[in-house]
Amino acid sequence: MVWFILRRCGSAVIVLFVASVLIFLGVRALPGDPAVVMAGEEASPAVVEAIRHEFGLDKPLPAQYVDYVAQTLSGNLGRSTQDQIPVADILAERLPVTLELSALAMLVAIVVGVGSGIVASVRRGKLADYVATGFGLAGLSVPHFWLGLLGILLFAVTLRWLPASGYVPFTEDPGQNLQRMLLPALVLGTGFAAILMRQTRSAMLGALSADYVRTARSKGLAEAKVVGAHALRNSLTTVVTVLGLQLGALISGAVVTEQIFVIPGFGKLTVDAVLTRNYPVIQAVVLVTVIGYVVVNLLVDIAYAYLNPRIRLSGGGHG
Amino acid sequence: MAETLAVPVRSGRADRRRRLWRRFRRRPMPMAGLVLVAAFLLLALAGPLVTGDPSAQDYAATLAPPSGAHPLGTDDLGRDALARIAHGAQVSLQAGVLSTLLAMVIGIPIGLVAGFYRRWLDPVVMRLVDVTLAFPFLVFAVGLAAIIGPSLKGVVLALGFSQLPAIIRITRGEVLAIREMDYVAAAIADGAGDRHILFRYVLPNCANPLIVQATVAIPAAIIGESTLSFLGLGVQPPTPSWGVMLTTAQQYLDVAPWLAIWPGVMIALATLGFNLLGDGLRDVLDPRSGR
Repeated sequence: MVWFILRRCGSAVIVLFVASVLIFLGVRALPGDPAVVMAGEEASPAVVEAIRHEFGLDKPLPAQYVDYVAQTLSGNLGRSTQDQIPVADILAERLPVTLELSALAMLVAIVVGVGSGIVASVRRGKLADYVATGFGLAGLSVPHFWLGLLGILLFAVTLRWLPASGYVPFTEDPGQNLQRMLLPALVLGTGFAAILMRQTRSAMLGALSADYVRTARSKGLAEAKVVGAHALRNSLTTVVTVLGLQLGALISGAVVTEQIFVIPGFGKLTVDAVLTRNYPVIQAVVLVTVIGYVVVNLLVDIAYAYLNPRIRLSGGGHG
Repeated sequence: MAETLAVPVRSGRADRRRRLWRRFRRRPMPMAGLVLVAAFLLLALAGPLVTGDPSAQDYAATLAPPSGAHPLGTDDLGRDALARIAHGAQVSLQAGVLSTLLAMVIGIPIGLVAGFYRRWLDPVVMRLVDVTLAFPFLVFAVGLAAIIGPSLKGVVLALGFSQLPAIIRITRGEVLAIREMDYVAAAIADGAGDRHILFRYVLPNCANPLIVQATVAIPAAIIGESTLSFLGLGVQPPTPSWGVMLTTAQQYLDVAPWLAIWPGVMIALATLGFNLLGDGLRDVLDPRSGR
């Protein structure tokens, strides 16, 4: 198991290295000379040259890359071009908001998705199965942002039960915070609930027809125990894998959801940064996303190996 | 030799195709998917010819509710929502088809070569695929929008690139299985060159899972395009995209709620159609994959 974790960590480091090189080169590929931008259009060539030297932009690319990594590791992500606030401070303020939203959405997705997946598999071919399967298919086909608009239209504009948008920090007023997070979390969670439901259902159907379940039944185990302890436990690997694979979609979904509900999180920061061409912020946002993605995938791999001994013993990855 | 063999093989294929179609036709859900996809294609290709100019502004009727003159109402600039829906279908179709084609044109040759020749190339390609999979789609899109500016071109590139790893993996996996087949061994024994084997035997036998993958990639691209355009990172106004239409709709949600309905319904129906069609094709063409 230790060997397995070490190997996974090794490949995560490689991914991060490649990603950091790509981000570094991507920023260099942007139109415009950053030294000219910083100096202003009117500046004399000598001033531009001085700035270029000061920021190390006259060094060869590999040396610039080393500088970039050293700066990033020391927590210096540059300053936002909009308001000169350090990017690291902005991230520290925005990330918790998105983490809260994502955690709530995941909660919705797991409760609704895994729950309905189990019910659909146990009651295969019955009404409950058709309802759940239909919901799964619809959830896959409806884009998050439209669901968000419909949610606002129904709950905020028509019924006036919930505020349409806005954000209250959890530390200021937990009740208000949760009330305003409810609709966004439902919207973001629904799509993942649909995916989880489909995967749970097919994994459970596979498990329920397996020999060990027949054995468990024939030795007189209660049906709830057969489903819960035997079939579900063996379906969990699928669910964990799906959660890991959906992480990229969760990040994308959070971006969209925050934009609709005007939640000042990481996702809204991303979109605003692109629309205002705030390059230091874009660079940091992309880097943080990739790091988060790699770390969570690493955790998923480890959880997967823990749940499925065949993986860690053979040392392979997913299928 | 090859010529005389080709004739029975081909008629066998036609037979098989007819048999598969019979199996497909009997099932209601995939057929419903086929109908939805056909309707979407018809709307995208013929709709714009019928509905007229999506940019024509009727200042006497801005944010007008659905009526005889404007069956789906008008937006804030008095533009006909129906005409914009039809033209938006065209944008969606372009994004879906072009990005999938892009991923296939780049991904299939890479997967073929990596799977067929293995050696040092295969592990390198698969590592790269792993790295690419580690990038959330939106990161590509954001990066591209930052570098080349928000546009349909950026959307297609971002979507195509994000589909690439799946295409490479599927092609490679198929090639690995196919190269062990007896008919490939027979072709090698017959003295066939690598290129002949790849294009005559390996590639055609990879087709089924790739077709199924296309029915996954196209709806994902349709949702991706509308999402990016909704965020302002994709197709730019005044080009009518379903995503752009919903951006407008959000601003006027309390006075013109009808604007928020139809673009979303269209996205959902088009996506649903491809998903249903894909599920059906998977059962018929690629029964091994149990997704």
